[in-house]
Amino acid sequence: MNASIAGALLLAARKLLTAFIQLLVVATLIFSVMYIMPGDPVLLLLGADSNPSPEAIASMRSQLGLDQPVLSQYFVWLWNALHLDFGKSLTNGYPVANYVMQNLPRTLELAFAAIIIAALIGVPLGIAAALKRGSMRDTVLTSIATIGISVPVYIMGTLLVLFFSLKLGLLPASGYTDISRNVLEHFRKLALPALALGFGLAASIARMTRSSVLEILGRDFVRALRAKGMSERRIIWQHVLRNAAIPIVTIIGLQLGNLMGGTVLVEAMFNWPGLSTLLVGAVSARNYPLVQGAMLAIAAAFILINLVVELLYSLLDPRIRRKRS
Amino acid sequence: MIPEAVLRATRSQPSFLASIVLLAAVVFIGVFGSWLAPQDPFLLNPQIVNQGSSTAHWLGTDEFGRDLLSRLLIGVQPTLLVAIGATVIAGVFGTMIGIMGAYGRPLIAFLIMRSVDIMLSFPPILLALLAVGFWESGIFSLSVVIGVLYIPHFARVAHAATLQVSRMEFMEAEHAMGASARRVVFTAILPNILSPLVVQATLTVAAAILLESGLSFLGLGIVPPEPSWGQMIGTARGYLGQNPMYVIWPSLLLALTVLAINVVGDRLRDILDPRLREE
Amino acid sequence: MLEVRNLSIAFKTSAGLKSAVRDIDFTIRPGEILGLVGESGSGKTITSLGVMGLLPPNAVVTGGEVLIDGVDILKLPPADLRKLRGRHIAMIFQDPMASLDPIFTCGDQIVEAILLHEPIGRANARRKARELLEKVLIPDPDRAMRSYPHELSGGQCQRIMIAMAVACRPRIIIADEPTTALDVTVQKQVLELLRELNEEVGAAILLITHDLGVIYEVADRVVVMYAGDKMEEATTADLFAAPQSDYSRALIDSMPSLGREAERLPVIERDPSGRVLSVRPEPRVRPASSGPIPAEADRPLLEIRDLCKSYWVKPAPLAMPVEMCAVDHVSLSVAPRTTLGLVGESGCGKSTLSRAVIRLYKPDSGQILFKGKDIAGLSDKEMRPFRREIAMVFQNPYGSLNPRQTVAQLVEAPMVIFADDDAAGRQGRVRSLLEAVGLPATAAQKYPHEFSGGQRQRIAIARALALKPSLVICDEAVSALDVSVQAQVLNLLKDLQAEFDLTYLFISHDLSVVEHVSDTVAVMQRGRIVEYGTAAAIFGNPQEAYTRMLLDAVPTVGLVRGGKEAP
Repeated sequence: MNASIAGALLLAARKLLTAFIQLLVVATLIFSVMYIMPGDPVLLLLGADSNPSPEAIASMRSQLGLDQPVLSQYFVWLWNALHLDFGKSLTNGYPVANYVMQNLPRTLELAFAAIIIAALIGVPLGIAAALKRGSMRDTVLTSIATIGISVPVYIMGTLLVLFFSLKLGLLPASGYTDISRNVLEHFRKLALPALALGFGLAASIARMTRSSVLEILGRDFVRALRAKGMSERRIIWQHVLRNAAIPIVTIIGLQLGNLMGGTVLVEAMFNWPGLSTLLVGAVSARNYPLVQGAMLAIAAAFILINLVVELLYSLLDPRIRRKRS
Repeated sequence: MIPEAVLRATRSQPSFLASIVLLAAVVFIGVFGSWLAPQDPFLLNPQIVNQGSSTAHWLGTDEFGRDLLSRLLIGVQPTLLVAIGATVIAGVFGTMIGIMGAYGRPLIAFLIMRSVDIMLSFPPILLALLAVGFWESGIFSLSVVIGVLYIPHFARVAHAATLQVSRMEFMEAEHAMGASARRVVFTAILPNILSPLVVQATLTVAAAILLESGLSFLGLGIVPPEPSWGQMIGTARGYLGQNPMYVIWPSLLLALTVLAINVVGDRLRDILDPRLREE
Repeated sequence: MLEVRNLSIAFKTSAGLKSAVRDIDFTIRPGEILGLVGESGSGKTITSLGVMGLLPPNAVVTGGEVLIDGVDILKLPPADLRKLRGRHIAMIFQDPMASLDPIFTCGDQIVEAILLHEPIGRANARRKARELLEKVLIPDPDRAMRSYPHELSGGQCQRIMIAMAVACRPRIIIADEPTTALDVTVQKQVLELLRELNEEVGAAILLITHDLGVIYEVADRVVVMYAGDKMEEATTADLFAAPQSDYSRALIDSMPSLGREAERLPVIERDPSGRVLSVRPEPRVRPASSGPIPAEADRPLLEIRDLCKSYWVKPAPLAMPVEMCAVDHVSLSVAPRTTLGLVGESGCGKSTLSRAVIRLYKPDSGQILFKGKDIAGLSDKEMRPFRREIAMVFQNPYGSLNPRQTVAQLVEAPMVIFADDDAAGRQGRVRSLLEAVGLPATAAQKYPHEFSGGQRQRIAIARALALKPSLVICDEAVSALDVSVQAQVLNLLKDLQAEFDLTYLFISHDLSVVEHVSDTVAVMQRGRIVEYGTAAAIFGNPQEAYTRMLLDAVPTVGLVRGGKEAP
């Protein structure tokens, strides 16, 4: 027993370490963005047309800390980042961390809402299609799913706005209300963006669920269970679905990770003030500290979600939990 | 071997045939769009903005009075060019990297595949946004950016397929005969990993179209006056109340094109994968 | 008790119904063991699935009945048929680990099987499960109950399957190739277990196998199938003493058997009227162009001295990596124009050894002397000239040929690699090689998937001979082939040895085959050579305990075994 727990902890520790290293590497890449990108940040900030004096440039450079050697800038930045200090926004001097902390939960909320909708719709559809493979039901569901992944999310959003906002007038077409101000309004404004994201995701999840379930249905042990005289119903609920849970959970988890950045279009369309909106604005304004902070937050969220999914996966699959001696 | 299976698939599934026809039509329009357009796509005409269909303008006009049909016909070009360019870049370099990651020296392989994993940890649209935001927009830069972004996807597929092929005994046979690395890659590995690569190529084309149109939608991809379907959809949103067809036409065409690619990709996967398994 | 009458099954293909089994007829009496024997494609597995009502979705019964106590189960409603399964008819499959649900413990699965037909409560079911595990002689039943399938060995998984099968005391057990995936010593134990259970529980067993030796050891009566037709039904004694059908006779003859001397194995052929014949081919005449037979060299062609190769493995995720010796101080020698048979069970290191000789990797220590020169430590570049002289034929006819190359490209590959000759010259050589292995010249432009397993091995052999090697390593070269095809390939190898002055290192787990082809034999266990000598000495008078155990475990036709007397 002890060995099993110790083994599990070791596995978890290894994954944690890998995730941390991944984050470090990504952080380094994010840091170097500023140096790879064309254009001198200082000039862009001061405005190239206003012809700044050399003294102004020099003073701005030292203000931003850009006159230090690159490596020391890197370590300073890294050190600060570990303390959740991402520097100050170039446009108005406010701490980047504030902006990030304000917008991150909104993106997370949108992502979670979308994934819940997607899972609730997609998983049952995928299973239903797989269980009656080749039937009319399967063909119809698969077709719907294929259409679902083909319609870009912004078209889906536009159609939803067309229908629910303009035609029916039920839901608002854009905007954000903080939950502390008005709960109902908050969720009304969350609905369309979450649905726009969720439908496309549901189609993707449905397809992957269907192929996972089909793969399991074709395995030898299912035939052996039938030979034991087990009812089809019991085979599916007790054995097939439980085996399928492992890849399905993985699929959903990975999609959630992808959503961290995939909300860009939806946030733009619906004026949802999340992290991606922050990022787009920062890119246009060449607000490097903000770009770095936002990207780092997104990457960290992505890596963390993937880590949780991997740990969950190890927990569910005994073949990974207890490797053969 | 493969072509006969494709022919059989065409006969058995009408949707496959329809998709191929549609895609052929799209490519045709992409090549000959400029000549097919009934009117000048750039001709402004402030008097007839946002009109519905009429005899002069079959699909109506946009917010500047330009003929919608003509703009749609040439709007597919940038999208197609970007999609194909990106897929070629991603395919060639991604496959090279993937094979190196599976077949090369252990240390290099490890570094390559870890880098691939890390690159895959970023949603492409975000990186595309960054790259285009800092660099420039336009067909060339979009192709390069999207192409580079999808290199890890190809690399991963090529890597997994190469590993699978490496375990087959004919690879051992090649080594036992003293084959050079070059021969092994070109006669043993590449021909046998084509199937999953072709499937990945169709996925990448679809993803590139979605990515380019998404960026254009945001105003960051193909910028006016050059039309692109995604860009037109983005602009049309502002006129949803006045002329909903302005949004519907490009949306319909875009969705159908991506749908056709997905149907073809699915069918190709069905044809190619089981054969790979049985071999 | 179980009567199969005129059963016909067909597959649904895009081109219509393709017949798999035609008018099969047999009876199983209570408590008897009926063997259903046939080669691959004979339809034996699909017949057993039809009897259970477990046909795959693309197969359908096109005629006949399956009567259990007079009731045609094919006409039963699915719910009633389901009640029969597990309770009255049980089935065990070929791949035991894959037949168990990987995310449930073995104990839970046995309990579930019990509770399915006997609602006796969980605690009682667990107790009964444990008793069953003891009955099937699983070491450490408590640990087995707690284990997941992937934590046990193949043999142990099969015992668990058997325990589940007998849990509800069924009247018939269908065993589909239950021991094919297991080592020969484990196979012996599992077969003994089945026989004991048959006596104790009184269940009849329908034993499906391609191995006539197994039939001889265990079965009371036999049904022989070939290409979907029933060839013969007889008692085991009658079948082996006086086979009635030509096919059975040919099949028995073409199987190499311990203790039976034969220069060339009879092969199965059809005469012009379509009748199946057993033909004993004459050894091929050595063509005059091959030159005189070289005199006996006093030096061995291949000599291995103290060869070692180990790998680092982790016995458990937490443990430190431990060194596992795959090849442990092995010493052997092979005289020119002879065959050394290397035999051992799976995991003994024989494949690792063969790959050391052909230098697919560098051994840790020791020498490999080829024609007197040590090739063990050579660099890849230095090794190149030796690669002309040593060739290898692999086990898997489906995996050892690049599916994207034509036969001509495959056979000329070694010549291309060494830039021998020009294209025309190579094509000429390809033609003569194909002829030597018995393939038509038209085969050159075809792809591997157009050929059967035996034909593909011939292509592999032709490729091995392309550069006129002196040493050919056959690594389980016939293990994946049907018995009748195996006979053809073994005959071919003998012919080629005489014609081209070849020396063979022949590796196999099948003792009968090894005895048939080898002049000298080495027995390998866990990386070490346990016994080494002439074939006559090893098989006639084995010295070591392990060798004796191996020989004992081989199901053999004609010798006194398990109470069945030789005719």
